[in-house]
Amino acid sequence: MASLVGSRVERKEDKRFLTGKGRYTSDINLANQTYAIFVRSPHARAQIKKLDISKAQKSSGVVSILTGSEIAEDKIGGLIAGWAIRSEDGTEMKCPANPPLAKDIVNFVGDPLAVVIAESLEEAKSAAEKVSVDYKVLKAVTSTADAMNGDTIHEGIDKNLCFDWLLGDRQKVKEAFDKADKVISIDIINNRLIPNAMEPRACLADYNSASEEITLYTTSQNPHLSRLIMSAFGNVSPEHKLRVVAPDVGGGFGSKINVYNEDIVCSWAAKKINRAIKWVAERSESFLTDIHGRDHVTHAELAVTNDGKFLGFKNETIANLGAYARVFGTVTPTYLFGPCATGVYEIPAAYSNVKAVFTNTAPVDAYRGAGRPEATYTIERLVEKASMELGIDKTELRMKNFPTAFPFKQTLVHTVDSGDYIAGMEKAKQMADYNGYEARRKDSESRGKLRGIGVSSYFEACGIAPSAAVMSLGCGVGLWESAEVRFNPTGQVTVYTGSHSHGQSHQTTFAQIAADELGVPIENIDIVHGDTDKGTFGMGTYGSRSLTVGGIAIVNACKKIVEKGKRVTAKMLEASPEDVEFKDGEFIVAKSNKKKTIGEIAFACYLPGVRDEMKSPLPEGEEPGLKETAFFDPSNFSFPAGTHIAEVEIDPETGEVKLEKYTACDDFGRIINPMIVEGQVHGGLAQGIGQALYENAEYDETGQLMTGSYMDYTMPRADNFPEFNIGYTCTHATTNPLGVKGCGEAGAIAAPPTVMNAVIDALGGQEITMPATAEKVWKACKNLKKSNSKAA
Amino acid sequence: MKDFNYHSAKDIKEASKLSSSNSAFLAGGMTTIPSMKLGLASYKDLINIKNIKKLSGIKVSAKSVTIGAITKHVEVANSKEVKKAIPSLANLAEGIGDPQVRNRGTIGGSVANNDPSADYPSACIALNATIHTNDRKIEASKFFKGMFETALKKGELIEAIEFQIPEKSSYQKHPNPASRYAVVGVYVAKHKKDVNVAVTGAKPCVYNDKDLSKALSNSFSSSSIQNMELDSSDMNSDIHASAEYRASLVVTQAKKAVDAC
Ligand SMILES: Cc1cc2nc3c(=O)[nH]c(=O)nc-3n(C[C@H](O)[C@H](O)[C@H](O)COP(=O)(O)OP(=O)(O)OC[C@H]3O[C@@H](n4cnc5c(N)ncnc54)[C@H](O)[C@@H]3O)c2cc1C
Repeated sequence: MASLVGSRVERKEDKRFLTGKGRYTSDINLANQTYAIFVRSPHARAQIKKLDISKAQKSSGVVSILTGSEIAEDKIGGLIAGWAIRSEDGTEMKCPANPPLAKDIVNFVGDPLAVVIAESLEEAKSAAEKVSVDYKVLKAVTSTADAMNGDTIHEGIDKNLCFDWLLGDRQKVKEAFDKADKVISIDIINNRLIPNAMEPRACLADYNSASEEITLYTTSQNPHLSRLIMSAFGNVSPEHKLRVVAPDVGGGFGSKINVYNEDIVCSWAAKKINRAIKWVAERSESFLTDIHGRDHVTHAELAVTNDGKFLGFKNETIANLGAYARVFGTVTPTYLFGPCATGVYEIPAAYSNVKAVFTNTAPVDAYRGAGRPEATYTIERLVEKASMELGIDKTELRMKNFPTAFPFKQTLVHTVDSGDYIAGMEKAKQMADYNGYEARRKDSESRGKLRGIGVSSYFEACGIAPSAAVMSLGCGVGLWESAEVRFNPTGQVTVYTGSHSHGQSHQTTFAQIAADELGVPIENIDIVHGDTDKGTFGMGTYGSRSLTVGGIAIVNACKKIVEKGKRVTAKMLEASPEDVEFKDGEFIVAKSNKKKTIGEIAFACYLPGVRDEMKSPLPEGEEPGLKETAFFDPSNFSFPAGTHIAEVEIDPETGEVKLEKYTACDDFGRIINPMIVEGQVHGGLAQGIGQALYENAEYDETGQLMTGSYMDYTMPRADNFPEFNIGYTCTHATTNPLGVKGCGEAGAIAAPPTVMNAVIDALGGQEITMPATAEKVWKACKNLKKSNSKAA
Repeated sequence: MKDFNYHSAKDIKEASKLSSSNSAFLAGGMTTIPSMKLGLASYKDLINIKNIKKLSGIKVSAKSVTIGAITKHVEVANSKEVKKAIPSLANLAEGIGDPQVRNRGTIGGSVANNDPSADYPSACIALNATIHTNDRKIEASKFFKGMFETALKKGELIEAIEFQIPEKSSYQKHPNPASRYAVVGVYVAKHKKDVNVAVTGAKPCVYNDKDLSKALSNSFSSSSIQNMELDSSDMNSDIHASAEYRASLVVTQAKKAVDAC
């Protein structure tokens, strides 16, 4: 039987999604359900002086109106930060309470303070308009850079500072800088983004008064984790009385990791009114209240020798958390960011210092890449600048500082098990025809255009686990995964995974793995996920961890099945288990050449007897049935890496930037399904290029979101991209049996610096901030013209 | 969206009879429906005019192209007659919004709405259009009054728009990358006697740029406007483009248009 791992198996999901048979949360309707509309603050910061619901209550169709007071009375817990971060001075981080419905004060535009539940959506909407709120508007703090000088947003949190964290050794860095020939420094802004999943958030909460069980259908990337948080911290219901179902989910990118206000409020309220409650976000609510991403202001320095050796690195960053600290809010700008900021380089001394600040803006949390795009942007912009200032070719300078031996002990935290960065760079250069660039630049020049080439090399720590490591760094939960592999008596297999697919194609990739492990045709394997009542447990899908953690749990459960199969075969064929081999779905006794198929073994395990004989195929003490569970907690993160190269052409008259060529050469370890990996790379690149050239979430000084719709927030479209030139180098991870590393975030991590390095190269080294909009580039072109004419 | 009464008018007379101070005509609905959904507008009565045969169709004569008000953008974009008589007009229609918008949005709706960044108003100015209503004929130069403001009286219905066929013309749009409306769009049309340079997106309302028109009337070549700097003091400035940038784009797009003529 040919191995399926490594082949372009068509997606099992495609038929369902392409024929409109997907089943998303808003597709689900329950008898007698009600509809919720949230009353949200129109102000970025205000005290709630008076909340009057009397008129709204009389509005037609209203079932109930609940406010922050009721939620406080019922002691329903607030939203929480999942990682505790300690400041450099040893103090614990300071986080404000974040009640699901605000009672006294609202802290960003969109912060909910009441829910109106009615018989129909229209009635709920019209009643919500009648809720009257008397606000005392307070001065908002919106700027990341100035947040520490603004009014105190949350009582007791001085300077709006959540923590002031340090990773690394300042003294060693100082010594390194003292020895340097040159210090390259840079000030950068990592622009704020809105994730914009295609499916807006939604939830449908149901309560069964007889079983006292709440069922919550919700758009979550991690239903098991959501249930745990809602029970343990939200006090919504004991875990065994709460079922969380995340059916088909149309994209997450990190924005659907969090348990949101609406999940808690609808679950709690469904029990209170003893009816099902449905809520579906409108797009404008998504813009305002989904978590946002990035939003860093960074000053970084690189100490170098004249011949281009890196000696030391400093990273001083202010990270905006928004109004509240959410699940991955505090870890994203610390452990997911700081360690990766030294990039793929051997730098003997380094530190990352991050001040995380609260502002009156939507909470900022993990968005595709989470911390690693910010880190890569910092170091790769700096290295590019170093190459310009030192006059050393950008690829040579990088290669000069790549590690050559693996495992590579990176300066700050990680030990990278495997990789070959030089091979990746060389292949990328070849794919991009790096050496032929000058001719293309001249051609652009002859047409009055400016051309630039940008390179960036990255590594990322993903496959987020091991539990001991993450918990030592402050994580509130373990980050293992589990899987259950269950044979039916008639030979098909159901695999339950704790990971969740919202675009990642687990149904195909995981089935390929199980098919290879068990020798069962892929059509006979189903992957089940997304329901806390089905399967054991899981921590969810983010940080490119589904395959590297969840996939390995499946492999391990399959291996247990095979072990049991060997024992049963041995009994049935009167051999010893050590003499039984398993290959392509068959158990073979080498000595006698007798065999049993895995289907026969499954049948025997479920029907362990024979007519007219008192005889069992199962060895003494063996349980009937063929089902195994495995929990997997890896020994390390996984470390994809690669080099990307971009070329842009700029029209100096309008400032328009055209991305002409984009080459990505990545090392994802072993690739299970190249077609699916390409899709992941394309999507990541689209978001990374979006950050570099188009996307920007902008608040005005009063805290109003200026980019709250697609009229103003630029989502990139297909015609903004060239055909992507994608290739791989494959060094297998040594930390898991498949050798896989994860591929979901790479594009979003590598693309922003790659594209910006190209733009800035075209602009003769002038710094501009992301996104490189036509106007910014036009201004830089004017400066360039001025300085060129001065020089002439 | 607030409740409203829906009517479907079978002819112009009925449409105008149904209209009141609190009604809107429903053509493509591409502006009206989103603004009602967002709560930015509400009407007591919506009067569908799409079934009024007299409002549709394209007629070409030696001197002009007349397009019925409910003609969709896609129909103008694909019309062989328009492509032949005024190719730049078909081109403009093809660049409006996206396929969904072009399959529903109408020329009458666009002109009546007079969005400061809409494309068609610039065509009306550049091509010395006449707006035919159920009551009168209005010259384009007197039709567009200000931001979202026109010479139409309450309940007055556009029947057709008549464009004068120029010697040469071109429309060049610098789209907002998010909405793809014009940040600046410049419609250059060379007529027998003079040249119009109609600009959309730059100011609160479409206008004919006198300086550019004059320079191009004297000498119809992009070099004649090469180094012109426009006064940006009354130009729009927002998160997408500053006034200064818009002023520069007007000249750049005008040059492109002249070169494309
Ligand atoms: C996503 C999107 C992108 C767009 N992009 C662009 C773009 O790039 N460029 C551009 O120019 N436009 C763009 N538009 C607007 C589009 O062209 C609309 O079609 C146009 O603005 C309105 O036309 P309509 O037929 O849909 O009018 P409706 O929405 O039906 O009506 C609009 C207004 O005009 C009035 N009206 C309609 N017909 C008549 C008539 N015959 N007589 C008198 N009054 C009338 C109505 O009473 C109403 O007040 C876009 C729209 C959308 C939704």
